[in-house]
Amino acid sequence: MKNLVGNRLFWPATVLVALLLANFLWNRSFFDLTVRGGNLYGAPVDILRRAAPIVLVALGMTLVIATRGIDLSVGAIAAICGSWASMYIISSADRASVGVVLTAVGVALLMALLAGAWNGFLVSVLGIQPIVATLVLMVAGRGLAQVITDEKILYPDNSPAYKLIGGGYLLAVPFSILIAGGIFALTALLTRKTALGTFIESVGVNPEASRLAGVRARPIIFLVYVFSGLCAGLAGLMLTSNSTSADPNSIGLFIELDAILAVVIGGTSLAGGRFSLAGTLIGAFIIEAMDAFVVIAISARSTDVFKACVVILVCLLQSARVRQWLLNVLRWGNRPTRRDNQPKPPGSPPERSTVQTRSAGSPTDAGAPDTITARST
Amino acid sequence: MSSSPQVEPARPVIEMRGIDISFPGVRALQNVSFRLFPGEVHGLMGENGAGKSTLIKALTGVYSIDAGSITMNGQAVSFSGPGQAQEAGVATVYQEVNLVTNLTVAENIMLGREPRRLGMIDWRRMRRHAAEVLQRVNLTIDPHSLLSAHSIAVQQLVAIGRAIDVNAEVLVLDEPTSSLDVKEVAELMAVIRQVRDKGVAVLFVSHFLDQIYQISDRITVLRNGELVGEYLTRELPRLQLVSKMIGKDLAVLEELEKGTKREAFNRVDDGAFLSATGLGRGGSIQPFDLDIHPGEIVGLAGLLGSGRTELVRLLYGADRSESGSTTINGTDIKLRSPRLALSHKIAFASENRKAEGLISDLSVRANIVLAMQADRGWVRQIPRRQQDEVADRYIKALDIRPVNPETLVRNLSGGNQQKVLLARWLLTEPRLLILDEPTRGIDVGAKAQIQKLVAELAEKGMAVIFISAELEEVLRLSHRIGILRDRRKVAEIVNSETTTVEDIMSIIAAETQQPA
Repeated sequence: MKNLVGNRLFWPATVLVALLLANFLWNRSFFDLTVRGGNLYGAPVDILRRAAPIVLVALGMTLVIATRGIDLSVGAIAAICGSWASMYIISSADRASVGVVLTAVGVALLMALLAGAWNGFLVSVLGIQPIVATLVLMVAGRGLAQVITDEKILYPDNSPAYKLIGGGYLLAVPFSILIAGGIFALTALLTRKTALGTFIESVGVNPEASRLAGVRARPIIFLVYVFSGLCAGLAGLMLTSNSTSADPNSIGLFIELDAILAVVIGGTSLAGGRFSLAGTLIGAFIIEAMDAFVVIAISARSTDVFKACVVILVCLLQSARVRQWLLNVLRWGNRPTRRDNQPKPPGSPPERSTVQTRSAGSPTDAGAPDTITARST
Repeated sequence: MSSSPQVEPARPVIEMRGIDISFPGVRALQNVSFRLFPGEVHGLMGENGAGKSTLIKALTGVYSIDAGSITMNGQAVSFSGPGQAQEAGVATVYQEVNLVTNLTVAENIMLGREPRRLGMIDWRRMRRHAAEVLQRVNLTIDPHSLLSAHSIAVQQLVAIGRAIDVNAEVLVLDEPTSSLDVKEVAELMAVIRQVRDKGVAVLFVSHFLDQIYQISDRITVLRNGELVGEYLTRELPRLQLVSKMIGKDLAVLEELEKGTKREAFNRVDDGAFLSATGLGRGGSIQPFDLDIHPGEIVGLAGLLGSGRTELVRLLYGADRSESGSTTINGTDIKLRSPRLALSHKIAFASENRKAEGLISDLSVRANIVLAMQADRGWVRQIPRRQQDEVADRYIKALDIRPVNPETLVRNLSGGNQQKVLLARWLLTEPRLLILDEPTRGIDVGAKAQIQKLVAELAEKGMAVIFISAELEEVLRLSHRIGILRDRRKVAEIVNSETTTVEDIMSIIAAETQQPA
């Protein structure tokens, strides 16, 4: 039991379960899953599907944050990739062609890779602070996306092959869930089955000590930004493929904040070091479960207030100091008498201690220090 | 020399009685009593993990006590933290410098109590005041320079200056001298005496017996979280003190010492493992030559800042050399990066454990295998079972405590951290092991263990470069000693039976004619 509570995933998971329960109480059919046309439908599936892009971006963000960095440009990268792919598909002769879609996806991901490499270059080679380095692309990226689309809003929804990425089904499950799940598994494999995870953590905690231990910090930092860029690009494809329109100004807007939130809720510290991919996953689900609950139970006006409350709750529960305080409160409640009330009745504390001091500090005592010896050898 | 205690006033300024503190799984202090009189220097002695730091943190309110009482001038006190303790007149300088390195010296000295005028910081007054404080600790540095621009020793002195300045009734010094060289220690001692003569009670923790005997009037010894006793310094012979600290017989101690006695080394002239010719780097170390043979221990002696660390950093590739060349086993190899040095079986344990050595938020196991893993590359992760096995082996071999390999390194004491760092490098099976101050700030027992280990490793054919501010230690271990002064290697002597500390001192001191 103690181990369970001590696990850093315990509190985020508890909040997630609580949110799902709340959803269920408001909507008794919340957990109902139906199969229509061989495909799975239901509120939980919706939550997973909507969480997929956030999960992707947050996975990249987790690794970046573990190296003590941050990537603000993910939303802009998503916009660039999503709008370029849409643009390419719309302007091609055969929108339904798998070849066209594959080219669009391939080139878009290449752009994401380049964008990530740019961030990685700024941070790892030029040594620019991550928040500043990625701010460059965050601001410039959407402008770039607008140039790509010629400031038009695109409608790529009439390409069934492209639609698969974000809105389609494979093996009865939404394809986007499979993608996010696949990338999650891949990331977990790469960071835990190789030494990459340890290196990322050690660079995040202490870059100089890592360098002196022979860990090549620079390539590692570079790589995590590239990975984050790739994840963001994939998320951008997912978002545009699932929507009827692709507006470069709104694709992935504020997704960097959701991703950072998911990472933090999941228990990875912004100060870098130890990270938890499972925590990030739970964090992303909490965000979506919260949204689902908001839709059915909260008036639109207080949506943000509700979200803020949940986030504060999770963060407080993860603070060791708050938990200790709560434990103390619980323990005090079980005690019959309170210690801090006791000294008051017999006399004021200062008087008592003066008496003590006088006896201890008397001249005879001070002259023979060995007498104070508690256990002499 | 000046350990003539003042006439004891009737009443201690600080009195701690029956202090108990436990952490999950550890009883850090058990029924410990301690008292501190005004105008005395009180040495707190004990091995690593004896509870010295815990006692200090109990006094300054960092830890809350489970049982017992603390009184200051007869009033029961219970500080909620160092800030409150400082306000009440208990100033502390911790083992590791606890200042803000990216602020200026003046800002650090005045942090939290900046002089104000009309609600704004009065920069001119602040600078003037900071300059006065620096003068009092005999520092001649620009108050406007960044703290990070100065050596650890200077930072330490600044911290002490700040503590003294906060109108303290009680000054707690937790190993303030562990990173200071001989001259700086002397200066610090002078400052401590000044402070004591003004009636301040000084609590002084140090691993250096010399310093304790030089400065303290009274000694309290702790062992395993329990009080061993309180003694007048002049009535407690050194060996007795050590045996009280360790809880072992004197004979056993002498045995430990004997194990590390150096023996004459027959130099094999068929080739050095590493040889550096004209290696140098502007502003850091002037070009030097150095040969190291397998099985040889080369000591580097010199004052702090004389270039000892800078020299070995070039050999490890931690800094890039700007001139000269290196050969390893006769082949020209430019040591450009730590990684490259590591692949040529050179290991370097930095003197700055916290900043350049350990990954504090990772486990003992992860820290031990880190360099080996880095050498293998990220793809082939050392299997978990092998990691556990290796960690267990070194924890046992080096007597690292606690024995749980999953403990986070930041929860270990200084000596145990040093051993973890050592384990990391030994695991890479280096042919040249560079140890920069490996015994700094660690207790007598651990120190003897490490010295013995170094001697054994050399006997098995490892080349070792050993840096220490303690000349006795360098002398005891080394076959050859390189001596540095003002960022230049000025001499190299073969350590014979007749070489003495004074010999080395005279080389270090020669021609240095700057006024002290």
